Amino acid sequence: MSTAITDDAPAGPAQAGDGPAARITHVSKTFGRPGEQLLVLDDVTVDVAPGEFVTLLGASGCGKSTLLNLVAGLDAPSAGTIEVPGGQRPALMFQEHALFPWLTAGKNIELALKMRGLAKAERRTEAERLLELVRLGGAYGKRVHELSGGMRQRVALARSLAQDSRLLLMDEPFAALDAITRDVLHDELTRIWTETKVSVLFVTHNVREAVKLAQRVILMSSRPGRIAREWTIDIPQPRRIEDTDVANLSLEITEELRGEIRRHGKH
Amino acid sequence: MASTETTGKTGTAGGEDSAGLAGLEAGLDALDTRTTARTPLRQVLLHKVLPPIIAVALVVAVWQLLYVLEVKPDYQLPGPGQVWDALADQWYEGTLFDVIWTSLSRGVLGFLIAIAIGTPLGLIVAKVPFVRAAIGPILTGLQSLPSVAWVPAAIIWFGLTPSMIYAVVLLGAVPSIANGLVSGIGQIPPLYLRAGQVIGATGLHGVRHVLLPAALPGYLAGLKQGWAFSWRSLMAAEIIATSPDLGVGLGQLLETGRGYQDMAIVLNAILLILVVGVAIELLVFGPLERRVLRNRGLLVAR
Repeated sequence: MSTAITDDAPAGPAQAGDGPAARITHVSKTFGRPGEQLLVLDDVTVDVAPGEFVTLLGASGCGKSTLLNLVAGLDAPSAGTIEVPGGQRPALMFQEHALFPWLTAGKNIELALKMRGLAKAERRTEAERLLELVRLGGAYGKRVHELSGGMRQRVALARSLAQDSRLLLMDEPFAALDAITRDVLHDELTRIWTETKVSVLFVTHNVREAVKLAQRVILMSSRPGRIAREWTIDIPQPRRIEDTDVANLSLEITEELRGEIRRHGKH
Repeated sequence: MASTETTGKTGTAGGEDSAGLAGLEAGLDALDTRTTARTPLRQVLLHKVLPPIIAVALVVAVWQLLYVLEVKPDYQLPGPGQVWDALADQWYEGTLFDVIWTSLSRGVLGFLIAIAIGTPLGLIVAKVPFVRAAIGPILTGLQSLPSVAWVPAAIIWFGLTPSMIYAVVLLGAVPSIANGLVSGIGQIPPLYLRAGQVIGATGLHGVRHVLLPAALPGYLAGLKQGWAFSWRSLMAAEIIATSPDLGVGLGQLLETGRGYQDMAIVLNAILLILVVGVAIELLVFGPLERRVLRNRGLLVAR
């Protein structure tokens, strides 16, 4: 039941928008100079529906971060097309918080608001609102180094949301956090995703994280990165990793992922 | 466990659940947050102010001792008292601050012009590979060229004019400032640049909001060195180029003392040059650097 392939009826909040939030079509990416080229992504096609939460799951070397960089526009694909309709620059959250240490938490968010073109008078209020959203109401004037790892990632999330993009890309944003904090932030992210109706493309190597968060899990094989399998998850949120459905699906996907990894040991 | 119960509607966390999460999060935040206390004034006085005072007192004591022992004749090694008298004379004549101001204003103006030239130059060298390859090594090389070497050339070009002094100051300070910015930009974690790109801070916005602030620690180090080089170059220029048109700065004062064979004036001038240098460091660059580092959490409390 949890692996049922549903068509275009996302279980989460749908957004009044037309077309997908991201359309990745037959994308390939090679690195290196001619002669000694390394194929990192091979013919990857993924659509992210408006308001959908998709995780890209894979072992190292599957090119999942590369794919995210391509969608973010930090790099160009070697073949294929990437469309992010609306002409907006997608927001991207990194594994490291990537907040600017010369600015306070609030000013970090305000910089993103400024780049979005928000008038000066509105920035402060909007930054405060976003900090409230990630439950850091009192952190406006805090310096980055005064915040804990979890708080930094929440400010980084607020800064990403400040871009007001329809698409939020997340590159293993919780991988560097301790397990307790990570669990809490999973619940927070689910809450915020529900409230903001933003589309999320989330990269991870953590199966439980993928299953806990996503409506759709895309398993990628490594070297070159290809789409190996896909699961649509209609277990309602909030999910707990101990729930039978969630645990069973995690086991199934883990088996599949290990199978993908084993293939590489054979030659 | 209640966790297996679903709360009905998809994707809505129950109120109690949400409140519980908020509480948990507040607890985690409190546990993880570091508090940084400022050091009390007494500690600062005891550990930062007292040691240099003792050191200076010791130097003066040794100096006085050598003077009393007459290691060198009086005209070669005057005592602290005589140098103090030379300083007091200048004070009463009303020339002391004139002399300092003549040099300091030149130094500061030259330094500001050097910043105005060195900053864009550093930016271009750091960001344009061709320019970097072309003039990067020359810029580094210029740093090790003693600026006094420019004085004869500058005199031939500009004569004994203020332009000549500024030319020497600029040739001394610009390479340091540009190089400081280049190395500051080189040390920026690539992640900041990518984060800037992602939020749309590209082009001039990227330079203004990401590149320059991120490079600030290295840039400040360059500015500090640039000031030291400005000041040194200025003194070299002032000592060599004395002319009524140029007024009397500290360098000229030094040269005058040599002309009169008056060691008290010479030592007095040397001390004033030193004091101005130290004062700028303590009053301008020290606090600036500490502020930048503290804001970024890079200042380790000792």
